[in-house]
Amino acid sequence: MKYVCNICGYVYDPEKGDPANGIEPGTPFEKLPDDWCCPDCGVGKDDFAPAE
Amino acid sequence: MSDTVFGAVQVSEHVWWVGAADWNVRNFHGYLTERGSSYNAFLIIDEKVTLIDAVKGPFAKEMLDRVASVIDPEKIDYIVSNHSEPDHSGGLPEVVSRVKPEKIFASVAGAKTLAAYYGDMGVTAVKTGDTVSIGKGNLAFVDTKMLHWPDSMVTYYDADKVLFSQDAFGMHLAGSMMWADEYDKSLLEYEARKYFANIINLQAGKVIDLLDALPGFNLDIRMVLPDHGPLWRTAEDINWILGLYREFAEQKPRPRALVAYSTMWHATEKLATAFAEGVRSAGVEVHLADLAENDRSSIMTHVAYSGLIAFGAPTMNNQMYPAMADALCYIKGLRPKNKIGFAFGSCGWSGEGAKQISAELEAMGVEQPEKFIQVKYMPNAEELKAIRDAGKRLAENLLEKCK
Repeated sequence: MKYVCNICGYVYDPEKGDPANGIEPGTPFEKLPDDWCCPDCGVGKDDFAPAE
Repeated sequence: MSDTVFGAVQVSEHVWWVGAADWNVRNFHGYLTERGSSYNAFLIIDEKVTLIDAVKGPFAKEMLDRVASVIDPEKIDYIVSNHSEPDHSGGLPEVVSRVKPEKIFASVAGAKTLAAYYGDMGVTAVKTGDTVSIGKGNLAFVDTKMLHWPDSMVTYYDADKVLFSQDAFGMHLAGSMMWADEYDKSLLEYEARKYFANIINLQAGKVIDLLDALPGFNLDIRMVLPDHGPLWRTAEDINWILGLYREFAEQKPRPRALVAYSTMWHATEKLATAFAEGVRSAGVEVHLADLAENDRSSIMTHVAYSGLIAFGAPTMNNQMYPAMADALCYIKGLRPKNKIGFAFGSCGWSGEGAKQISAELEAMGVEQPEKFIQVKYMPNAEELKAIRDAGKRLAENLLEKCK
């Protein structure tokens, strides 16, 4: 499932991952490390919500 | 109509400038505003009288006086807040309490941010694609999230074909002339570059996305009216600043070097000078800056403009010299791309300085083709030659990269 940053609107797409920050494509949001943060605005996972 | 000295300046058929120049500000949250700044705000006199943005708090009265020179401020129906940062919203509480507007518009994030700053003002949230008719013309909103805050948006007014671009395409420059074509181009380029480097660089990718998406919005833009600095009214100037933004955002390597350093007993300074001489000997322009004499925003401007960035610091109490930590922390946050870097320093005995700088450059994704150079106490002739040679090799490396 995709997750959206409540602050800046960045969408985390598990199919794409976040390779620039060491997150392999195919990584579900739940499996992201605790210290992963939004690549656009820098907030933590707590500020993300499941995409509708 | 008004008994004050402040007047509004007409910028198009229905739009008036009602902002303020801040001539003497030099420290703008740590940014050295060499020529002051300005907080632009605009009044649209259409059937619904609309105020776009609301200046920094201490200038609220000046703005309202400018409004009063053309219309009773209490006739303002709508307020649009394109950006919630206090240099554009600080005047809002005073304006809202005096004017009691029918509606205040801001982006979804802007509505939340304004509530956090000033309490609930009943802000109506708008998104990309939303339009509001104000009589002869319509306001159309485009979200520009993270350019440069989550709340940022721009507003287009179709009757006069003007884009209110908030901080985008602006610069810190106080002046009495309204229009970019009334200023020297090299001054505008310098201040726009400094502004981009220090405010927008971290979101450079989003700038390119927005410039690419702009034609798709089908907006016929005849004027671009930012919230800081001169306004853009000619097609030539609008294309010029859009082109500059693309150039700044692409961050292609430039054949230019910055050597920034701190020094306690002139040892690191000797290394810096020797490195700079090496760079110069390869035919690359180099700029040398002691952090004790140059503020971080000026250093960042050079970083953005230089393909090669070298940093040198002494070791103090087993740490890199604090001024260097300050500069690197700031630069890292602004995410410069496509840089060749180099670290160096002098120490007494333990020598963490250069190593820590190198680690910071690594964390920024800066390429370091040469290992850092750390010397003890005062560099000898051999060490000075070694760092000069490193400077020359890195400059040659940069020239290859720039081809």
